[in-house]
Amino acid sequence: MKDISSWALNIATQRGASYADARVADDRSRALSTKNGKVGGASDSESFGIGIRVIADGAWGFAASDDLSRSAVEATAARAVDIARASARVKQHDIKLAPEKPVTAEWTTPFQIDPFTISVEQNIDLLLQIDSELRSVAGVTLAETNMNFRREEQWFVSSEDANIHQTKYTTGVGYAAYAFAGSEIQKRSYPNSYGGQWQNKGYELIGELKLLENARRVGEEAVALLKADQCPEGAFNIILDGSQLGLQIHESVGHPIELDRVLGMEANFAGTSFLTFDKLRTLRYGSDLVNVVADARQEHGPGLGTFAFDEEGVPAQCTPIISNGLFTGYLSSRETAHTIGMNRSGGTLRAESWNRLPIIRMTNVSILPSEQPLSREQLIADTDGVYMETNKSWSIDDKRYNFQFSCEMGWELKNGKRTRMLKNPSYSGITTEFWNAMDAICSRDEWVVWGTPHCGKGQPQQVMGTGHGAAPARFRNIKVGSAYKGT
Amino acid sequence: MLNQSKAAEIFERIRKHSTADEVEVLFSGGKSALTRFANNIIHQNVAEENYVVSVRTAFGGRTARSTTNKLDDESLKRVVQSSEKLAKVQHPDPDLLPIPKAGEGAGSAPAIPTRHFAETAAITPAERAETVEKIVSIAEKHKLTTAGIVSTAETIEAVFNSRGLGDWHSQTSSEISITMLAADSSGWQKANSPNVANLNPAGLAETAARKAFESASPREIPAGKYTVILEPAAVLDIVGFMFFDFGGLSILDQRSFLNNRVETKLFGANIDISDDVAHPLQSGAPFDGEGVRREKVQLVENGVIKRLVYARATAEKMMRSEHKDKVGPIAPTGHGFPLPNEMGEAPMNIVFGASPQATSVEQMIASTERGVLVTRLWYIREVDPYEKILTGMTRDGTFLVEDGKIRHGVRNFRFNQSLIQMLSNVESMGTPVRASGEESFDMVVPAMKVLDFNFTEVTKF
Repeated sequence: MKDISSWALNIATQRGASYADARVADDRSRALSTKNGKVGGASDSESFGIGIRVIADGAWGFAASDDLSRSAVEATAARAVDIARASARVKQHDIKLAPEKPVTAEWTTPFQIDPFTISVEQNIDLLLQIDSELRSVAGVTLAETNMNFRREEQWFVSSEDANIHQTKYTTGVGYAAYAFAGSEIQKRSYPNSYGGQWQNKGYELIGELKLLENARRVGEEAVALLKADQCPEGAFNIILDGSQLGLQIHESVGHPIELDRVLGMEANFAGTSFLTFDKLRTLRYGSDLVNVVADARQEHGPGLGTFAFDEEGVPAQCTPIISNGLFTGYLSSRETAHTIGMNRSGGTLRAESWNRLPIIRMTNVSILPSEQPLSREQLIADTDGVYMETNKSWSIDDKRYNFQFSCEMGWELKNGKRTRMLKNPSYSGITTEFWNAMDAICSRDEWVVWGTPHCGKGQPQQVMGTGHGAAPARFRNIKVGSAYKGT
Repeated sequence: MLNQSKAAEIFERIRKHSTADEVEVLFSGGKSALTRFANNIIHQNVAEENYVVSVRTAFGGRTARSTTNKLDDESLKRVVQSSEKLAKVQHPDPDLLPIPKAGEGAGSAPAIPTRHFAETAAITPAERAETVEKIVSIAEKHKLTTAGIVSTAETIEAVFNSRGLGDWHSQTSSEISITMLAADSSGWQKANSPNVANLNPAGLAETAARKAFESASPREIPAGKYTVILEPAAVLDIVGFMFFDFGGLSILDQRSFLNNRVETKLFGANIDISDDVAHPLQSGAPFDGEGVRREKVQLVENGVIKRLVYARATAEKMMRSEHKDKVGPIAPTGHGFPLPNEMGEAPMNIVFGASPQATSVEQMIASTERGVLVTRLWYIREVDPYEKILTGMTRDGTFLVEDGKIRHGVRNFRFNQSLIQMLSNVESMGTPVRASGEESFDMVVPAMKVLDFNFTEVTKF
């Protein structure tokens, strides 16, 4: 692969590029799913190609090809330079990259079991067993399961002499039961909605999640929701389970801290951010209990944002984002770091695959757990309000102020006890007001790095996995139920 | 560029490698380029060439798919073996049909107009940069900052199978999307076409700029039910959330809001919707994921849900189901996704019927005592799947209309709105146009004036 990348870098520099990098990537994935007792999908796919990024005349160009013959690679590199020169027609300043010491490195996701070595029969049998358990509950009208594996091998080489070979493994699994009756459809999912739990791990994740053991309960809850009371509207104390809090972090912390959004680079599509530069180290983002980091390092956990180097060769780092409630950091790249006075990138430039330009993406943006022991049951025992579990819908404005989330299932909490199941629970608010209302978070035993496998951003759009460590947490006096108000 | 004869030759190689009872091969991909600008400069500028070969094999009721972008013989052999290996371990599916023969399936599929334009395929990076320069010059003229894209592509889709079916579609596409930003407001416009000559970058930029400066200093007005005038992109993005429910399989799975509602009047009598790949403002291939030609289907007529769309297997299954007498005509319509899949089918070439009294947006504004003009919607998600309650935000040009005039920009709203109620409350509509948003696929839709649209919250800008 070094030869292929060298062809690209040589042509790019010969044509006048002041900087060039090449990523050769070989992606492999497997997707299995079942629906109502039958295999719904069974597919393998692979994608192989090169993406070449250059700076010429002080501007960016990027070209990608699935043809790795020498002539095609050289033509692709030449195209990247031509594109950069076209970019230079509409520029104000030359691109300058924060310095980064080039390294030669090898890294692979730590895993116990290569998921591609497990037979398809074994996986389908497990999914069909889960499916059968879900449908054994009277009233379940639709059962769906999925299992996904991905292996991404990448060779990154730059004109600054970086030479990095990384291989990432991802495993994802989940299921859902639907119950339709009268004029209502209810749904319960496990371990999370919209594809379940995803981590940078091997097949061992499948065994850790107690999938079969939870299936009947999930089916029963879907049916029970049909007869549950509607979640009331009003201001309540709410407890969010860890998976929902993970998505809350993703939308109301992770996206607004992306420096490209702050700089207006996403204004046409993903939006901008309320986190203008004047707010850095001055904004009370949350209460004193809110501590958030963006951490791509392996020691943070097997999140979908875990790696050794980002897609411009910058090592994985931990950046404090919110420290005891104070806003302290952005996600940055070599191009953007200088805008916040940093002389080094935070290492968050990532690409969906070889054919996409790396852009600033979340790594693992996680809230840190309480250092004092606090279990979910202890938190519930201390709360009057509403407990909400598993995301059902999510929406936030394009500067990331106003959000509304709804969850699959709620419980009314009175005198520290779950008193009745509530259907269609939802809550809404303004980002900083919400995080300032957090007055408790559970401790490490309840903390899980949740995967968000389908985060969309960029033009052409790129879908990326991000990680979010979270534990159940409580928020005081939150607006509940407006999703159904007036409808 | 992969051409039809090369694809046919690859298919023959794949067929020789296969030991399966049946083989189907899908081809997709092409060349695409996108120039992205923000802060009045080009900040990202990309091009890609990639072709994908997807092989489905079947052995007596068992099927699976394997996909690669490596077209050398060894890789093609491996992808066939991978597909066969996956297929052989499946449990036999009694609903799996033999792959279709040429001409099998939809009965009266229309021919489509050409969607390939040589001048669009030939657009260079320098020409895209020139278009960006024009847009930036308009932004600078109005003392605004602009962000957006100019993109072009030349793509192919093809299907070949071992029962003699072979179909090929190539087309070009072009797209411009522009956001104009002022200190506390913004405006947006987007358009696309298979033919770049149909795009008017200066016109789009001027309209986006006007929306940005006319919505400056937005004022907060309270949430509540308002008459809204939704421009076509806003209509597109919200109605797009219902069309997967028009697939027959979603009825069989009981996850559709149309369960127990087909052949009933669900929307206002002024709502007519069809799926028509051959419409002159539509785009895309005239065949589905199995190679069945796409038929024109009248989905909604005078507000009544008339028909669903069907993949071949779904039509057979529906005929045997308890729903068969309650869902209108049942037959394959050429709307299936590539097999195997869980979703079945969906109409993806939506065309709203023209109102005999088409009303322009200006006329809608002039006839409105108090309401809100919406340019664009954002981050729409489903809150309730059966009542089809959707939530989302307004964005990039939201205005108060009073006494027949645009008064001023307003802070953006969150809505929680039943789509069923919305399409029952359409007071007037414009002429349907090809519209493009970010939340749904492109459609031919009109602007709409809708009564009692439910805004539930206001954001900070």
